[in-house]
Amino acid sequence: MSGEKSKQIAMFIPCFVDQMSPEVGLDMARVLRRIGYYPEFRKEQTCCGQPGFNTGYWNEARPLAERFVHVFRSAEIVVCPSASCTTMVRNFYSELLADSALRAEAVELGRRVFEFSEFLIKVAAVTDVGAAFPHRVTYHDSCHGLRELHLKHEPRELLRYVRGIELVEMPHVEDCCGFGGTFATKFSMISAAMGDTKAGNAESSGAEYVTSTDPSCLMQIDGILRRRNSGMRIIHLASILAQTEAPGAPGNVASSHGMTP
Amino acid sequence: MSTAGEQFLRKAAEKSVDLEHRKLIRNAIDHYSGSVGRGRARFLDWEEARQRSHEIKWEAINHLDRYLLEFEQKVKDRGGHVFWAETSEDARKYIADLATRQSVRRVVKSKSMVTEEIHLNPALEKLGIEVFETDLGEFIVQLRNEPPYHIVTPAMHLTRSDIAALFKEKLGNIDTDDPPHLVAAARVALRKAFFSAEMGITGANFLVADSGMIALTSNEGNARLCSSIPRIHVAIAGIEKVIPRTEDLAVLWPVLATAGTGQPITCYNTLIGGPRGPNEIDGPEEFHVVLLDNGRSDLLADAEQREVLNCIRCGACLNVCPVYRTVGGHTYGTTYQGPIGSVLTPHLRGIKEFQHLSSASSLCGACTETCPVKIDLHHHLLHNRRNAVETRNRSRLERMGFKLWRWIMLGPQRFALLGAMARSGLRAINGLGLAGTVLDPARSWTKDRAPLRVPSKSFRALWQEQETTQGKEQDGAD
Repeated sequence: MSGEKSKQIAMFIPCFVDQMSPEVGLDMARVLRRIGYYPEFRKEQTCCGQPGFNTGYWNEARPLAERFVHVFRSAEIVVCPSASCTTMVRNFYSELLADSALRAEAVELGRRVFEFSEFLIKVAAVTDVGAAFPHRVTYHDSCHGLRELHLKHEPRELLRYVRGIELVEMPHVEDCCGFGGTFATKFSMISAAMGDTKAGNAESSGAEYVTSTDPSCLMQIDGILRRRNSGMRIIHLASILAQTEAPGAPGNVASSHGMTP
Repeated sequence: MSTAGEQFLRKAAEKSVDLEHRKLIRNAIDHYSGSVGRGRARFLDWEEARQRSHEIKWEAINHLDRYLLEFEQKVKDRGGHVFWAETSEDARKYIADLATRQSVRRVVKSKSMVTEEIHLNPALEKLGIEVFETDLGEFIVQLRNEPPYHIVTPAMHLTRSDIAALFKEKLGNIDTDDPPHLVAAARVALRKAFFSAEMGITGANFLVADSGMIALTSNEGNARLCSSIPRIHVAIAGIEKVIPRTEDLAVLWPVLATAGTGQPITCYNTLIGGPRGPNEIDGPEEFHVVLLDNGRSDLLADAEQREVLNCIRCGACLNVCPVYRTVGGHTYGTTYQGPIGSVLTPHLRGIKEFQHLSSASSLCGACTETCPVKIDLHHHLLHNRRNAVETRNRSRLERMGFKLWRWIMLGPQRFALLGAMARSGLRAINGLGLAGTVLDPARSWTKDRAPLRVPSKSFRALWQEQETTQGKEQDGAD
């Protein structure tokens, strides 16, 4: 990476993050600014097509994938606060767009789309983003992060450098939380039982917070934790990394642009 | 009569909240996982062994015609019989006719999932033949009149005390929950059967083309007794079980054992090539191999999913599957459970009735990660889902829903507007304390979870505000 242009980052804010977890996008932007990048949001973006694709509606998902390529084709780097949606673009567009004129471009674009922690470690080469979070935290491996993007150490590495944090591992950490998109509503009882198992494992770590790369896993775990009347809370990785020691945390905007890699 | 899909939902709802079941299976599988971890560590390179296994099976599947004919010829050369069964019905009829012709009164069986697939036992019992399952786990579930819970460990769902109570009731003369004594009781019951049965039926873990032998793997030695004591030995296997060379077993045997149970090698591995020869002192007088198609050649014709035929039935994907562990083996209502069952069953028994299994997955990919022959299992679940949509095996409501979804997502302003409306609606429902009730549009989520946290503003709205503020600050600074 060199020159000012490469400091421009297009943010891919998945549809449900836009609507249901806006703070995750804002916190990601804060961290990106703090380490010297210029995040931009392209208002034309909506959904990468994953919900339809994973439910079997490939014909419905295809125009959305093509739309994604149109929206982001000019971006040098795209960063996304969800391993799941990143996976959709990077690993599944080639198959979904097999007969599309945009296939080659989609594959090429997929190589420039990064999950947030992956971007920080592998592209920006940053481990310490200047965050502080004096709490006991356990990290949940999202399935798409772990098995599709092979992210195991990246998020943990970032967490290790957070001031005051105490990282603890939960048992069976690689087991699915049970979300699975439309699976969570089609087979809600199975999904919730899997979530219950996950929540129990997370609680047994003794952590105050469970964090992950994926807002969808966290939405599931949150719904189950509160159903269990648990004291444990969820927080997205970007929201931990956005917090600093400066007053006014979380995500002290005033201190943005302060640190460079 | 409810559909397979409705039955699945009903049983899944029951098992999902059965915490005893969840704990029991977790304990059993934790034990398994420990063994498998140690087992893989014994390989110089487990990943390389998986790759090699995948390649061997892939070569065989892609030359199935050649290897099966080679196998058949070799078996016939040694005086064995080979029967090609296109359907379950063909296979059942061949074996039943053979048993009738030979006046068979008793059959001993070693564990075979294919015999479950073709429902062989009821067909033989209808002829008045006594059928004895001789694998301990199969023996137990047979006494309970249940199908196997798992393709490798059929009685995984039972505790020691369940089995003790079962033996006390069914076998009599035994009142203990001490495993060695329970095993001894089963052995006494089965020993008589072995020596009085006229026919032994086994599966085959592999059909070796270059030697024309079947390879049998077992931990209890019962497969050897079934194949050597009775007068007639019938082996039945799916056509996908053929492998090119005897030497391939040097990889496949330890890989199967490791993935299946974590053992370095299964206790008894046997190669059987035919009936008793002229100068041999033991072995059956007749040796029959039934090669079952039952939908497999249709799968072979499907280039996208052909590799599903690589499966060596080790059961590893069941063990790592969080859905299997939650709902248990009997919920599937299929011969093959777990991820491989969900992928395979729509091909064997029809997509219309069994497509729901492919949707009953979070697509976590643990199955693909563990599969020793590298079948891309969760990806094939996705293919089945697409096929279900394309063959119009989904509800009209769902189809319309996804058309609507596409329309919304193709317009960013529509998406923003409808998103804002939906959030206002959900916030109102939550505010009125109606979350999870029939009035809640998000009920399919909230009936099993706490109400959704619904923000008042979307990211795009907040971002716009931020930009406007920053723009003003910038203007002020300039």
